[in-house]
Amino acid sequence: MARWQGRLIKIDDYRWEIPQNYKTGMRVPGLIYASKKMLETICEEQTPEQVANVAFLPGILDYSFAMPDIHWGYGFPIGGVAAMDVNDGVISPGGVGYDINCGVRLLRTSLSEAEVRPRISELINALFLNVPSGLGSEGKIKVSQKEMNQLMVEGARWAMKRGLGSQEDLNVTEDGGCLTGADPSKVSDRAVKRGSPQAGTLGSGNHFLEVQVVKKIFDSHIASTMGIDEVGQILVLIHTGSRGFGHQVCTDHLRVMERAVSKYEIRLPDRQLACAPVRSPEGQDYLAAMACAANYAWANRQCIAHWTRESFSKVFGKHTEALGMKQIYDVAHNIAKIEEHIVNERKLKVCVHRKGATRAFPAGHNDTPTCYKEIGQPVLVPGDMGRCSFVAVGTEKAMAETFGSTCHGAGRMLSRGAAKRSMRGQDVLHDLESRGITIKAGSLPSLAEEASQAYKDVTDVIDVVHHAGISKKVAMAIPMGVIKG
Amino acid sequence: MEMSLLFLYNELGGMNKGFDVIDHTADVGIIAYGADIKEIFSNAALALFSLITEPESIENKFHLDLELSSEDIESLLIEWLNELIYLFDVKHVLFNHFDIGSLTDNDLKATCYGEHFDTEKHTMKVEVKAATYHMLKLDKSDDGFKAQVILDI
Repeated sequence: MARWQGRLIKIDDYRWEIPQNYKTGMRVPGLIYASKKMLETICEEQTPEQVANVAFLPGILDYSFAMPDIHWGYGFPIGGVAAMDVNDGVISPGGVGYDINCGVRLLRTSLSEAEVRPRISELINALFLNVPSGLGSEGKIKVSQKEMNQLMVEGARWAMKRGLGSQEDLNVTEDGGCLTGADPSKVSDRAVKRGSPQAGTLGSGNHFLEVQVVKKIFDSHIASTMGIDEVGQILVLIHTGSRGFGHQVCTDHLRVMERAVSKYEIRLPDRQLACAPVRSPEGQDYLAAMACAANYAWANRQCIAHWTRESFSKVFGKHTEALGMKQIYDVAHNIAKIEEHIVNERKLKVCVHRKGATRAFPAGHNDTPTCYKEIGQPVLVPGDMGRCSFVAVGTEKAMAETFGSTCHGAGRMLSRGAAKRSMRGQDVLHDLESRGITIKAGSLPSLAEEASQAYKDVTDVIDVVHHAGISKKVAMAIPMGVIKG
Repeated sequence: MEMSLLFLYNELGGMNKGFDVIDHTADVGIIAYGADIKEIFSNAALALFSLITEPESIENKFHLDLELSSEDIESLLIEWLNELIYLFDVKHVLFNHFDIGSLTDNDLKATCYGEHFDTEKHTMKVEVKAATYHMLKLDKSDDGFKAQVILDI
């Protein structure tokens, strides 16, 4: 892969602009959030070119944004944010990705490292048995066709009604775990067939369930509002999405969008950026189907959170209430949302694409949950399995600058092939174990693909968004036990 | 076996390379080679199943007839791979032999041979989400045809 040779204008230590005149057809400039050091890695591939390509999309406002965890994707870069005016802009399924509402959910516990470490193997084994994971994994709940329709419309609430969660969980889930406008008639039978057996499964690839220990607290007031009280406290992070259901929704609607591109005479530099006007039938149909997939993912994480609590309860012989197993928050990393933002001092309805990016709404915002109104919406940023993860909060600056968006994770640096060539799954396993991390993985080769060395250091990523002011870092936790699909 | 050095026995051309697997940061790409477009479709499908499991471990126990159509030949190739991904995900079937019966720019008829996925027998490699249009290429080269597809994994 050739190094990107384009021109970048330094705005400050954390902001780099791709000028609008870099390529004829760009409607806005590109804006990359990165340190000088990270920029070197970013430019090793054609990623900035993808940032420039997104700037071609009709109705795009302000900038084609790239978060510091950006890496080369297909069409849209991963770590890209693009907001379109709903009146004359487009919606692009590629700006959401195949794994619609891939996201993370963070649970807290009142357990300490001293209580959990001696029993970590037992706990990881219990979680591995209780949470279906791995390639082709199927759920332990059977979801009928009729139930699938309810699941698509109700999201996490569907799981709650089955006894797999509480209203308290929904209150601290982005959009209450249910995106409005979901219409199952816009979802193909194929997607339903792919999705129904996989409901309540972690999946494989980069998806995981992690038992973590809080190592640093940067803001004790904000952290304690989230129930993160001290170093040594145990947290659980769940990372998964909409499984084959979302993949099929994306595949189906990309086909429709392919035709829409010529119908609406949209000029694109990459076929994978296929899109349609937000207000067109094609655009509305995609949004209705995407909402179904987003809801599927929230139902999925809700089920997994329940089985996680069950496993803790079984191992520690206490009720989940006694273990303090409350949900801190649940965020989407791959989604498009219709939101209100101020653009040029005017309130505007926009369609915000977040592809490998997180919503980061500030304190006081209507959509920030009541219990977090004073501190801002929690932002959950997982790192790779050998390093650490961060909890942050959204800020006014994110609202003013990035349509309330921030980074989503570490960001891949090495391809899966290169990672596998440079290390063996067995060595990665030993390395993690020697550092006190118990791991249970579906397959050893996939473990090598997900090794630390394959990712950027999430600490660099979080420092950029923190210093740029589009998020505020709150706490850092390291893994103690990991389940990889 | 090294992923990017996978060679497959090509029935028509002896030990010709049927496909290559290429690196792509978040995903993985395949390059399928063929004397004609039919062979491209067959080799691209073989490449796909080589990512999911070891193709040598798949036996021909049954066959499935498929008919697909699309706007153009590139889209038809994506449609074909996505159909196979769908069949694996829903019916858990693995294929390692493909008879491409008829093929035009818009229509494909094919028979796929293989068996059901068996955790005891087949290793699980990666979960393929979809075949994408990103960097999609289908060209005529000096010694036949070549197609490039990026898969989302």
